[in-house]
Amino acid sequence: MKIHEYQAKQVLARFGVTTPRGEVVFNPEEVRAVAERLGGTVVVKAQIHAGGRGKAGGVKLAHGPHEAETLARQMLGKKLVTLQTGPEGRVVKRALIEEGLDVARELYLGIVLDRASGRPVFMGSSEGGVEIEVVAAEHPEKILKEFVDPAVGFQPFQARKLAFGLGLEGKLVNEAARFFANLYRAFEATDASLVEINPFVITRDGRPLALDAKMNFDDNALGRHPEIRELRDLDEEDPLEVKASNYGLNYIRLDGDVGCMVNGAGLAMATMDIIQYAGSRPANFLDVGGGANEEQVRHGFEIILSDANVRAVLINIFGGIMRCDIVAKGVVAAAKTLGIRVPIVVRLEGTNVELGQKILRESGLNFTVAHGMKDAAEKVVALARQLSH
Amino acid sequence: MSILVDENTRLLVQGITGREGMFHTQQAIAYGTKVVAGVTPGKGGTSVDGVPVFNTVAEAAQQTGANASVIFVPPAFAADAIMEAADAGLPLVVAITEGIPTLDMVRAARFLADRPTRLIGPNCPGIISPGKCKIGIMPGHIHRPGHVGVVSRSGTLTYEAVGQLTALGIGQSTCVGIGGDPIIGTSFVDVLRLFNDDPDTHGIVLIGEIGGAAEEEAAAFIEAHVKKPVVGFIAGRTAPPGRRMGHAGAIISGGKGTAADKIAALEAAAIAVAESPALIGQTMAKALSH
Repeated sequence: MKIHEYQAKQVLARFGVTTPRGEVVFNPEEVRAVAERLGGTVVVKAQIHAGGRGKAGGVKLAHGPHEAETLARQMLGKKLVTLQTGPEGRVVKRALIEEGLDVARELYLGIVLDRASGRPVFMGSSEGGVEIEVVAAEHPEKILKEFVDPAVGFQPFQARKLAFGLGLEGKLVNEAARFFANLYRAFEATDASLVEINPFVITRDGRPLALDAKMNFDDNALGRHPEIRELRDLDEEDPLEVKASNYGLNYIRLDGDVGCMVNGAGLAMATMDIIQYAGSRPANFLDVGGGANEEQVRHGFEIILSDANVRAVLINIFGGIMRCDIVAKGVVAAAKTLGIRVPIVVRLEGTNVELGQKILRESGLNFTVAHGMKDAAEKVVALARQLSH
Repeated sequence: MSILVDENTRLLVQGITGREGMFHTQQAIAYGTKVVAGVTPGKGGTSVDGVPVFNTVAEAAQQTGANASVIFVPPAFAADAIMEAADAGLPLVVAITEGIPTLDMVRAARFLADRPTRLIGPNCPGIISPGKCKIGIMPGHIHRPGHVGVVSRSGTLTYEAVGQLTALGIGQSTCVGIGGDPIIGTSFVDVLRLFNDDPDTHGIVLIGEIGGAAEEEAAAFIEAHVKKPVVGFIAGRTAPPGRRMGHAGAIISGGKGTAADKIAALEAAAIAVAESPALIGQTMAKALSH
């Protein structure tokens, strides 16, 4: 789960991580008062769940409240296109009005799970304000890494190693070490999957602050973090994906024209792949998981068919525990209830497969029964091509 | 022969009185797996289908000689269940549960690092040596005893591959689902090593997917050590970057973990990669005939 920069800063502040003073606004009328409270130069920052805002004109300096309001007016309600949003961009509905800072140094901090070692790793780099992947590719030696031993957590000596390694000196070493320790506490306590401070700045008067903050959270842990769940911004998510998640369905919208519904994530990815192999493109990823019953199948159909691009649907169910005749009955009932217009190819495999296929053939509905994934993919691609617009 | 589980496996079911636990205990018994105990805290002294239930894994293992455990415990409690089994000294623990918080698994993995327990999973279908022992949720009837080892991050995609092999008359020695999470107890390399050392495994099918670098590590290991034919399939060529594709571990991050990179790594190690998921069985048949 992703959250906005201003929300990440609020979360981090609870753990003692120093952040610039600032407030979120939802419309331009609110800006003047906030800017006056902050005083001096302020920064108007578009809040969307994508990076690259600065380069795209989503971060602007204002010398006073009037200018801040003007800039916010130009930003709010408008689409912002960054390298990460894709060409369609994202409408900016929130802006962070933040105090301007006199920055002496820009550094990078990141905490993420290192899959190879199975441990969280705390990374620091003197190259702040740039894409860390570029630094990793061109100057990997400039990225310091401290691996956290889960038995004891992130230790003060590790924070000091990073601080000294980043070239910090004097009083700043302990202050930065405290900042890093607090940052790690926030990562662990909220079950974050990523915490990124880019840039981590030292101001001219020697204060360490998180000038930007990005936090992603482990979806598996959200059940124990209602305070994080509350921060979800549905405007930043695809409406169909939101609807699917309300049904407990794992759905991701893509841009092809062959919809698919599968049980199991690996098989679902493989089904998307074989659709492409057969010459077309998948419209979505959808894993109905172990629950391929009538209700879930109906919800799955509803979601897939809400996408106007879909010209045909492939259902690929490998029934192990789930019997194919039960799946078939569910598919038939769902299709009847919804009155489906597009061709549906059903490939069943596993327990009671012949009975399941018989139920589909005798349903009187427009199902094509496929035998094996190759047959299923070829049939659905051919049917999708036939449908004229 | 087979690896890890066989007719000598004595299975304990953690979470036996839950819906999944009960159902799969019946299925395991029907398959011929020796289910000797169950554990549900507070239900000690009862029984499920004739299987005695205990309050703790330690007691169950001590009383019944269980040497393996399968975990059907909800995500919030599953990491703890894994650690309890390791603490009781069980040599093999198979965690089926999907949805365990990542940091819980980081801690559990650390706990297990100093102990002789092998963890398979979590978020996996389990492990089966056809005809001998079935631990997990896979449909037994699609498998047949034979000489090809299967190792996979997936569940139903594994069944797809197994179904194809069986239809071609190619049986399986052992099928291991290592799971779809980013932190798992047993890697591709761990299983490949066991298959490599098993005289009754004559070929290996490896099923991977986007995310992480496990397939690349596997390719390096195979190139250095494995002389038996290996066939691979990588799911997720069409997966968009940055999105979690169902499995918590199936995510392309910062350009890393793409299917294309994994396929290239396997091919560079002279491993035959099936271009389509429908060709996994055929690709192995061809590899075995060479």
